[in-house]
Amino acid sequence: MTLTDDTESEPTPAAVGEPLLELLNGFIIQLRAAGLPVSLTENLDAMEAVKHVPLGDRDTFKYALAATLVKHYNHWKAFETVFEVYFSLRGPEYSIGDETELGELQDDDGQDQPDGAGDQQGGGGDNLSPEELAEMLYQALMRGDQQMMRGVARQAVKRYAGMEPGRPVGGTYYLYRTLRNLDLDGVLERLLEQDQNNEGDDEDLSDFEQRLQKDEYQSRVDQLQKEIEAEIRRRLVADRGVEAMAKTLRKPLPEDVDFMHASREEMASLRKAIYPLTRKLAARLQRKRRHGRKGPLDFRRTVRASLSYGGVPAEPKFRNPRPHKPEIMVIADISGSVAAFARFTLHLVYAISGQFSKVRSFVFIDGLDEVTQYFEGVEDINEAVHRVNTEADVVWVDGHSDYGHALGVFWEKYGQDIGPRTSIMILGDARNNYHASESWIIKAMREKARDVYWLNPEPNSYWDTGDSIVGEYAQHCDGTFEVRNLRQLEGFVENLA
Amino acid sequence: MSNRFTDVASVKNDLASVDYLSDEGIAGVVYLADRLEKPILVEGPAGTGKTELAKSVAKMLGARLIRLQCYEGLDESKALYEWNYKKQLLRIQAERGESQDWDDINDDIFSDDFLLTRPLLEAIRADDPVVLLIDEVDRVEVETEALLLEILSDYQVSIPELGTIEAKQIPLVFLTSNNTRELSEALKRRCLYLHVDYPDIDREKEIVLTRVPDITENLADQVARVVRSIRQIELKKAPSVSETIDWARTLVLLGVEKIDEQTAAETINILLKYQSDINKTLKDLGSADGVS
Repeated sequence: MTLTDDTESEPTPAAVGEPLLELLNGFIIQLRAAGLPVSLTENLDAMEAVKHVPLGDRDTFKYALAATLVKHYNHWKAFETVFEVYFSLRGPEYSIGDETELGELQDDDGQDQPDGAGDQQGGGGDNLSPEELAEMLYQALMRGDQQMMRGVARQAVKRYAGMEPGRPVGGTYYLYRTLRNLDLDGVLERLLEQDQNNEGDDEDLSDFEQRLQKDEYQSRVDQLQKEIEAEIRRRLVADRGVEAMAKTLRKPLPEDVDFMHASREEMASLRKAIYPLTRKLAARLQRKRRHGRKGPLDFRRTVRASLSYGGVPAEPKFRNPRPHKPEIMVIADISGSVAAFARFTLHLVYAISGQFSKVRSFVFIDGLDEVTQYFEGVEDINEAVHRVNTEADVVWVDGHSDYGHALGVFWEKYGQDIGPRTSIMILGDARNNYHASESWIIKAMREKARDVYWLNPEPNSYWDTGDSIVGEYAQHCDGTFEVRNLRQLEGFVENLA
Repeated sequence: MSNRFTDVASVKNDLASVDYLSDEGIAGVVYLADRLEKPILVEGPAGTGKTELAKSVAKMLGARLIRLQCYEGLDESKALYEWNYKKQLLRIQAERGESQDWDDINDDIFSDDFLLTRPLLEAIRADDPVVLLIDEVDRVEVETEALLLEILSDYQVSIPELGTIEAKQIPLVFLTSNNTRELSEALKRRCLYLHVDYPDIDREKEIVLTRVPDITENLADQVARVVRSIRQIELKKAPSVSETIDWARTLVLLGVEKIDEQTAAETINILLKYQSDINKTLKDLGSADGVS
């Protein structure tokens, strides 16, 4: 998103010179608070860097800071949020109160006609009726006119968001109110219909073309939404100050997002994060394997190689090591709250299944079902996970977790398959709804298996509170681990393979 | 301080003149790297023009490009320098019989004449302007990264027998990474970081227009739009910029003027390399709403 409003903005606070370093310091403190590891060297680099860029150019200024301070792609979003808050355009026109007065101030440069070219659309238009504003929105989207979109965004926020000064909120609610009033979905539909009619003279648009057209409009709508978000944020910053806003908007980095409490948006970003992560993990494990120590001396090959040195064994040959590849059984609770956790773990385990000699997976709620076949020969793990969630037969009585019964079924049906090379991973919060624990099964499993691990997505401090009986199971496991986010999950799986 | 460029805009223009279309971010970081005398670490998905950036910068500066391709098992003797021991042996043998002090010979065989320079040392010692490209740095092991640290922060190479060789002029250094593993903090700290992502639709269209001769504006626009839509689908491997260019070339060769579903389906294997991705995409693009 580009925000080089040079028409009506106050200069960015950076432009005032000496206090720049102080401002930068505060900015870096905010970055660190958001979890970005900014070292002292990087701090100094940033200070050096900003001396070389024109401060009036906000984009360049931003990239200069990013290049010196952000060294990881996943951190970009966090950086951007802090940047937008810290170096947002601040001026009297963004204050929340006193709408009327400002309206008058700006009216003189406003042009109410939607076809009025260019820059000044932003300020004006206070006297528009809701219908006119809607029409302006429609026009802006149809032409993809950036200036006009910005103007619409500003008007819409002013009119619909109903912002009240001094309320300690992050702006999500204001965004919701604004969008509800604009009815973007409806506009999108209208745009598409319009298109259909326009070109309908010669021939109907094919599905394919319609699809492309829709993506085009969708991207414009997304852009508008970003403009609105920025507008709301600017006003909030003007109202509440930088530190307070940065704090409200602070979000955990993707690798630190808690599985159990991830919002839908965070879930989507987690799903995106998991694929590169598995790729990285697989590459690392493979490398680890290849670079392990050499095996024992290979006598036959050494003698054979010695022939080229006249029988002197000058070049000893070693056997390639055959590292042990564990067999994995994953037993996952997929009831409501922990489903996301199970999903990510299955995803990760299957993505690196090459590192294991065999992977079998089971899911349960109060009944238990084997789901290994869903993953076999499937290229798209997401789809397999989807099938697990819809097709597996995991409900026995009422669909409330019953670890005791599920473990019982497992032991009865698959217990004989556990061998001395099997590592068993049990995933779940062990919230058993006060059913019998049947923890003797875990004990019996451990006697047959190589290891039994329990991964719990709940924070350590919640264990054994309420109906959680993880402690009872833990005494029979080789290890119990808190795995609440991708970082912890990655660490565990890496040690396992 | 070196001043290869006057400002960010000029970097952008000069890059465009060698057919590399940059954006604000790319041009800005290149400009800063020159001013701050720091290497650039370029990260991003495969096929987004990371290596091309280094090549283009070299071309636009009229500098020599010295390239170090990284791979597993890369070591000092391949990256920095090596003693030419065969020549050293010859030297020792040639001296045999004549009475010379051991010290003389010892000093002599560890001199410049017997040193084989490898890319990193070569870049440091060059008299002419050079651009150093350390390609796919994520392929070397973490331990090997340490080899690079001295040259990246101080532009010098220490050779125990010879002493420290300092750079005659600070070269522009690019490191590229496909992000298959986390690079060490020490390395990252020494570099400016640039993430090159897939371009937005306008830039992609421009790229297609510059890189594909004889393409019409209309077709380039369509190509960019189809590729954008495909990138929105969750795929194993999204189409890269180079694949987009290949696709556009193919379409031009086939004499296509307007992409319809039929053409797209027949040529999509140029954009996508996995059968499952192809199936998913065809299904998705065929419906007006999109399945995903």
